[in-house]
Amino acid sequence: MSGRTELPVIRTDAPPACAARLVHDFTPALIDVGAHHLCPGCGEPIAMRSMVEQVEELDQVRRAIAVFGIGCYTAYSNNLDIEVLQALHGRAPSLATGVKRCRPDTLVFTVQGDGDMVNEGLQEVLHAAARGENITCFMLNNGVFGETGGHMTAATVLGQRTKNTLDGRDAAQHGYPIRLADLIAQLDGAAYVARGAVNNAVNITRTNRMIKNAFRAQLEGRGFSFVEILTMCPTGWFVDTLDAPAYLDEALAATHRPGVLKDTSKPAAPVSALAPVVAPESAPASAKGTTA
Amino acid sequence: MTAATRPDRASHAARIMPGPAAIAEAMLAAGCRFFAGYPMTPFTEVLETMAARLPEVGGVCVNAESELEAVGMAWGAAATGTPAATGSTGQGLSLMQESLAEIVYARLPLVVLNMARAQGDYFQATRGGGHGDYRHLVLAPCDVPEAVELTQLAFHLAEKWRSPVLVMGDYYLAHTHQSVTVAPLDFGPLPPRDWALDGRSGGSGAAKLISPLSDAKQRHAAGRADAGYDLAEFYHRHVAVMERMVAEEPPRAETEFVEDAEVVVVAYGTPGAYVRQAVRELRAEGRRVGYVRPITLVPFPSEIVAAAAAGGRTVAVYENNQGQMLDDVRLAVLGAAPVRFIGGLSLDASGFGIAPDLDVAVLKARIAAVHDAAAPAGDAGHDGRGGAA
Repeated sequence: MSGRTELPVIRTDAPPACAARLVHDFTPALIDVGAHHLCPGCGEPIAMRSMVEQVEELDQVRRAIAVFGIGCYTAYSNNLDIEVLQALHGRAPSLATGVKRCRPDTLVFTVQGDGDMVNEGLQEVLHAAARGENITCFMLNNGVFGETGGHMTAATVLGQRTKNTLDGRDAAQHGYPIRLADLIAQLDGAAYVARGAVNNAVNITRTNRMIKNAFRAQLEGRGFSFVEILTMCPTGWFVDTLDAPAYLDEALAATHRPGVLKDTSKPAAPVSALAPVVAPESAPASAKGTTA
Repeated sequence: MTAATRPDRASHAARIMPGPAAIAEAMLAAGCRFFAGYPMTPFTEVLETMAARLPEVGGVCVNAESELEAVGMAWGAAATGTPAATGSTGQGLSLMQESLAEIVYARLPLVVLNMARAQGDYFQATRGGGHGDYRHLVLAPCDVPEAVELTQLAFHLAEKWRSPVLVMGDYYLAHTHQSVTVAPLDFGPLPPRDWALDGRSGGSGAAKLISPLSDAKQRHAAGRADAGYDLAEFYHRHVAVMERMVAEEPPRAETEFVEDAEVVVVAYGTPGAYVRQAVRELRAEGRRVGYVRPITLVPFPSEIVAAAAAGGRTVAVYENNQGQMLDDVRLAVLGAAPVRFIGGLSLDASGFGIAPDLDVAVLKARIAAVHDAAAPAGDAGHDGRGGAA
């Protein structure tokens, strides 16, 4: 792909010029062990970092409870310095509901993937949103079941190659992707709905702001908040690691469009008003030419 | 059996109550403050009562959109250390099995009611309809007052072992009014809920984790080649706790007339109460028959059944199904006595367990037939009805 950044190649055929030394530990304070065994180029560690950094920035470290679904990101469930409840695949929103109803003074959020949330547990998140459950749900959307090795989910975009759609997702055979954030934004109980991405610095910054606003919606008791985060999965996408951020823009983001879909903290955007209903007798005679 | 003390019994007058309302009041008396459920006959009335009563005591009842979500909500509530319960009928319990299997490994206390329709859910309750290698305790009351006691005991055992406990009801229990006293029962001290989540351990370097996959944080595994999960170690440790629970928790059963009985009838739940009456009437008529009514289905009172069957007496099993507990009775007896099945599926046209067989006269005839076949001809202990030689 054009425009690829050329990274320095580390020579392994000669001894290093100087001994390795730790310049700085960039591990976020709330992630216990910086090393992970997710694939190179995976977007999930970035998204995970964004979530815990916002917990910290909002001073909620000693009030936060994260409820994890099942996916690659589950590797972080025993690697955080905030409290964690591990759920079954798809079921995190109902567990989070039970937690929040019993501990209304905590900041409760779920960490789920598109396979977890849109496939296995679609009704869970929709019902939680419709109830206006005062929790935050995060969906890491890479359009594949990453943990099983890159299989089609209900969010896989048309044309996307996966292990069980080798020629690309074809609507005639596999149906159409579900745009979950768009679906949730329609529900009255949803207070804040946004879709971000972690494929470049600008998008990460925007996503951080979305996460913070979602948490604020919960802290202010405004109801259900939701941030879908598009993440890279070069392994599951059959693309080169360095090409994955661009593929996210070209493929995923073209269907799952980033942006804030709903924010009840702001006045509703002006809606183009329908023409007022006009009584037939007062309608202009010329309008349709049928008036006697 | 733990002797339950009743501290303020005098202040709790006996009332005529329907089973579901009495069970709901027993849950409140046991400290239950979270309930989630999905309507289904004959569980519905429990949900109705909890929806009305829980808010009055500062608790929460959620009308869940499905049984999957009901058990999930109860799972989340339990993780906060809030005494929680859910339930359904057998079909709804089927939907909850995946979660129940995981909650056992997450080691969370939870009370689950199965207001079953007949007795077809014995295998589901005792074998687990869920995946993996797990057990949880199962209690089977035979009437409303016993349901009130066992429901409260279930909360105690759930917390003692940090495990789900299933209370096995039935259609009759759900639709019977009985005079009952609902007073809080004290079953003894419980371990502290220091495992419960409240957010406050965040940032301490050892934030709490409740998971069916691990209870060890990655930093605790530092230095290992793989700093991730060690499911083998985790499962082995938890299986040991489960085994201890089933081994140490005393099996409970009610027995009568077993010392000299020639036929011992085994039955549980409401049918167990009918069998009790049938056996008492047959005794009054001079037949040497007795009964064992298992109260804990897990652990099954195998030794009590085996002792009752000792000496090669005939064992008869009555269940309102095609023979499920029958397997446990056979395993208890281990071939030392003949085991006859005198039950069978008995339903009304709606498929509910309003069993035509649940008639003392019908049960007496079946038990008598087993007794006639079992008793040696000319046995003086027999009432001679079969014709002494």
